[in-house]
Amino acid sequence: MSAFGESFQTAVALVVQADPVLLRTVALSLAVSASACAIAAGLGLAAGAWLAVITFPGRRVLIALLNTLLALPSVVVGLVVYLLLSRSGPLGAWGILFTPSAMVIAQTVLVLPVIAALSRQLVADSLRDGGDQLRSMGARPFTAALLMLLHERWAVATILLTAFGRAVSEVGAVMIVGGNIDGLTRVITTTIALETSKGDLPLALALGLVLLAIVGAINALIGLAQRVQGTSLAGAR
Amino acid sequence: MPILALNDVGVRYGAVAALRSVALNVHRGDFIALIGANGSGKTTLLQALHGLVPHTGTRRVDDRGARQVMVFQRPFVLRLSVWNNLRLALWLARVPAAERSGRATQALHHAGLAALRDRPARALSGGQQQRLALARAWAVRPDVLFLDEPTANLDPSAKKEIEAMLAAFAHEGMTLVMSTHNLGQAKRLATRVVYLDQGMIRADLPTARFFEEHLDERAELFLKGDLKWDV
Repeated sequence: MSAFGESFQTAVALVVQADPVLLRTVALSLAVSASACAIAAGLGLAAGAWLAVITFPGRRVLIALLNTLLALPSVVVGLVVYLLLSRSGPLGAWGILFTPSAMVIAQTVLVLPVIAALSRQLVADSLRDGGDQLRSMGARPFTAALLMLLHERWAVATILLTAFGRAVSEVGAVMIVGGNIDGLTRVITTTIALETSKGDLPLALALGLVLLAIVGAINALIGLAQRVQGTSLAGAR
Repeated sequence: MPILALNDVGVRYGAVAALRSVALNVHRGDFIALIGANGSGKTTLLQALHGLVPHTGTRRVDDRGARQVMVFQRPFVLRLSVWNNLRLALWLARVPAAERSGRATQALHHAGLAALRDRPARALSGGQQQRLALARAWAVRPDVLFLDEPTANLDPSAKKEIEAMLAAFAHEGMTLVMSTHNLGQAKRLATRVVYLDQGMIRADLPTARFFEEHLDERAELFLKGDLKWDV
């Protein structure tokens, strides 16, 4: 059997036997990314709704900037958050560099523009359809925008799943601000990078399989949300 | 004293003047039909009366205030149940929480939608959605109800149902302003007819007089269906 075949076999065994190291790494990955997405959802959806209805000089520039940040490189986010949280940085007093908290902050920064930009577009499009009706019924602009998030909740779910997919699969930011410390800040992607460089392919492959499964599940959920949104009205209750 | 008054109102969409120097008084109990060709400014006039579009000139609302609601040609209902759409409208209208259920129930019965209470609003037919939009408007007890071609694209049976609801609203004393292409509907329902052409009011008369009196040449052409698009 080839080296790859052996590694793959061992990787499958690690997954099937629920290897403790593997489980701990996966659990931390999910916890960090879910926390980051929850925080970014609260901030990003509100920001997106606000940007969809507010008018002020420079709004277009801000939206263009936000759209640019959709492609924000994760290593740049890691570097900026590192500089902020390092001992000599403005937030150094918090003392959270190389902890899961720092990783949550980095991923929050990474996915916040995704949620804000996509939800702004979603709300703006929806308001073109029903904004006048909501205003006619007495809704203030921001209330109307928030109601549109409720109206388009399946599309919002798609946005949040997209953001989670980006967070859980990125490696640059968590590597820089988490430090990839075994048992403390080591997540799926950083472990894959490390184990591959060490030549220990089975664990890297096992984690790769889990990551693929997570991303696949997210993709399936996005598909389901889109199908529910597009064809079924049962979810509108 | 009019409940709503526009004076010298103009609305522009870029280079296009949608309304030009419009003056219109709406009195309590009026049922005004706005008629005119496509693009004559009917919808914009409704929006200007309602305060939904920026305009030049002045718009005055009765000192005692006037709750206004608009029902659009293509009703917008949220992806919620029929019941929750009604409750939401009452919440937006700041109706006290204790009154909302009672009013929503009344509105459902008024519109003949009681059996569809828990259905997703977006799953209703076009006519049912329009009835829901009217029920939602009625539930908040508006002083003035604006209607933008409320029966356009509906089948004759649904049109009849909507007209019956509007007649009932008018009978209850609600003030209604409705744009329509249906001259028969204007004749049957309205107390006043306002004819718009190229963003200007060309005639504003009690319904009977409007259809009997000699109007200007373009209005006559419109009533005969001979007004050309390019004139």
